[in-house]
Amino acid sequence: MDLAYTPEEEEFRARLREWLGKVLPTLPPKPSPDDWPARRAYDLGWQRMLYDAGYAGLHWPVDAGGRRATPTQHLIFLEETEKAGAPYVGANFVGLLHAGPTIAAEGTAEQRARWLPPVLRGEEVWCQGFSEPDAGSDLAALRTRAWRDGDDYVVSGSKIWTSHAEVADWCELLVRTDPRAPKHRGISWLAMPMDAPGITVRPLRTLAGSTEFAEVFLDEVRVPVANRVGPENDGWRVTMVTLSFERGTAFVGEVVACRRVLGELAREARKNGRWDDPVLRRRLGRLNAEFRALWRLTQWNVGESERTGGVPGIGGSVFKLRYSHARQELYDTAADVLGPESLDLSADWTLDRLSSLSYTIAAGTSQIQRNIVAERILGLPKGR
Amino acid sequence: MRFQLTEDQRALQAGVRELLTRRFGREQLRAAVDAPNLDRALWRELGEAGFFALRLPEADGGVGLGLPEAVLAFEEAGRALLPGPLVATHLAAGEVPGAATGECVVAAVDGTLVEWLDEADTVRGDVTGAVAMRSADPLTPLHRVPRGASADPVAALLTAAEQLGSAARTCEAAVQHARAREQFGQPIGAFQAVKHLCAEMLVRVEVARVAVYAAAVTADPLDIAAAGLLADEAAERGARDCLQVHGGMGFTWESDVHLHLKRAWVRARRGHGAADAEEALAEHLLSPAAR
Ligand SMILES: Cc1cc2nc3c(=O)[nH]c(=O)nc-3n(C[C@H](O)[C@H](O)[C@H](O)COP(=O)(O)OP(=O)(O)OC[C@H]3O[C@@H](n4cnc5c(N)ncnc54)[C@H](O)[C@@H]3O)c2cc1C
Repeated sequence: MDLAYTPEEEEFRARLREWLGKVLPTLPPKPSPDDWPARRAYDLGWQRMLYDAGYAGLHWPVDAGGRRATPTQHLIFLEETEKAGAPYVGANFVGLLHAGPTIAAEGTAEQRARWLPPVLRGEEVWCQGFSEPDAGSDLAALRTRAWRDGDDYVVSGSKIWTSHAEVADWCELLVRTDPRAPKHRGISWLAMPMDAPGITVRPLRTLAGSTEFAEVFLDEVRVPVANRVGPENDGWRVTMVTLSFERGTAFVGEVVACRRVLGELAREARKNGRWDDPVLRRRLGRLNAEFRALWRLTQWNVGESERTGGVPGIGGSVFKLRYSHARQELYDTAADVLGPESLDLSADWTLDRLSSLSYTIAAGTSQIQRNIVAERILGLPKGR
Repeated sequence: MRFQLTEDQRALQAGVRELLTRRFGREQLRAAVDAPNLDRALWRELGEAGFFALRLPEADGGVGLGLPEAVLAFEEAGRALLPGPLVATHLAAGEVPGAATGECVVAAVDGTLVEWLDEADTVRGDVTGAVAMRSADPLTPLHRVPRGASADPVAALLTAAEQLGSAARTCEAAVQHARAREQFGQPIGAFQAVKHLCAEMLVRVEVARVAVYAAAVTADPLDIAAAGLLADEAAERGARDCLQVHGGMGFTWESDVHLHLKRAWVRARRGHGAADAEEALAEHLLSPAAR
């Protein structure tokens, strides 16, 4: 067991720090949260800078345009960029963190060549079209249909809660290609161009007031058969690969961010006098223990993926479950530190507290994660 | 960076588990509950196996290993519910003659409590005015002392390791029972209310595990404080949830669940307890080093 970084890893960190120190001051100001075209441009611009400096697709395989960096280097990258206050992946989230890795793992050579470089270069944005109005936790109940017509699939149905749909170029789309097959068979994973005729995007307002996600209506949308990743009707297996990426690496940088926020919170409490309350102090202390441990868990998971190689395991569910609740506890504690000010919507704290409410729902609810941990890690029987 | 057990560490873990299963399995555990004396032969056997001298340099007759290995051994002791002043004796190895080999049983004042005072050959700390308690844990005789002693961070870490082992064991026991026990025509583990209790148990174990292992690597007092908080939580809540999963059987003297719960309570009272750990971790948030 070791927590010391090797000289090569330290050198990687030092070079990255130096680069961040140079480029971050040159970034334009952050766009307003509801200006989606501006956010897209900003996030893609940052991705382009990473690409030009050789930091794009660090953990991707080389034949997918990646750098074949070790998982530890990827961890260092996420830690340092967050510590330096670099922009978040933002609109590039789906492309970089799960559609891309899925195509890298499951796609053909042509598919990798077509879709991966633009993601890395910051030219194309992806969204995730999995959930439907009647298929959320029960994802395999999805009904969006696709039937073959020559070299195309013709797709009809609707998707919901699709983050970044408004500004996406591509959608990782789950469709039912064999309606007679059992629920988990008969599904296929398609890359759908978002500018195809027949697609209507209707933004949905979140409880934070923003338009983070949207409803997507599909009316006889033509998607080339060549855009299918994995065999026809084998999409559920491909989906499991996608979901393991979603839960595996997606939250690493956020843990670092939460630790920073916790420090800010303590200093805020010191300033406004709430620090004198021992109950509150002890809550902050416990949160410190919590986020230190969550950071250790990411280091452990990285060590494990270095040992086993490849796709992250279901251990991501353990992490996601604990982290999503810790994040909510962090922002609830922030509200107690801030008092009435925590009701001011113009404060970042308030918006962050509101958005923390999505963490136990999005990417698989806590109840679903508990089912996964119980059935697939602990081997308890499936419920009827 | 490779934050994973090495092959040697896995072998050590397996070796200690094998020894304890053979020498302190279920039967011996229940026998000890009926007659709570310290098993001197077992104590010496542990000494021979290097349990107490694990961190003593080889030049001084020790095994020459470090905190991570000690933590793995104590985790196994926690799993097995091994009784006795294990931490105090381990810490005395190299300082108190006979402690390293298990010939001398060493007790110590930890916080305001002393475990196994009457059985010990040597006691470290001031025990004047010690008053015997009717201990909640049938396997840990306790005395209260008027003047408490400040606890060593290493003692806190080894205690956390024992808590971790106990938490892992109660999680396993709950899962085993949930798979076997049937109600309404199916294993109770198929019911979500039960399943989710078990899942949360595992999550607490895994979070405590990385905290304890990391603290063993860094030996940093704050890492140790954090590990203690998370391991106490995992052990105490794990034992409670395990009891719940066992239903009425869990509430009996016959089942081992209460032994885990009571020992977890005793361990959680060692040293300074949660408040000091939380205060130290809070204070650190304000320090420039935390940024
Ligand atoms: C901010 C945000 C962004 C999102 N972005 C995307 C996206 O980009 N693309 C996408 O495809 N989806 C996205 N989602 C959708 C998300 O994955 C679903 O909301 C989630 O999987 C839950 O599905 P649901 O909303 O239909 O809730 P439901 O499945 O209806 O669940 C309602 C409640 O019932 C519980 N429940 C359901 N089934 C069970 C069960 N078997 N056992 C126990 N409890 C159960 C749930 O835990 C929950 O508490 C996003 C969601 C949010 C909040």
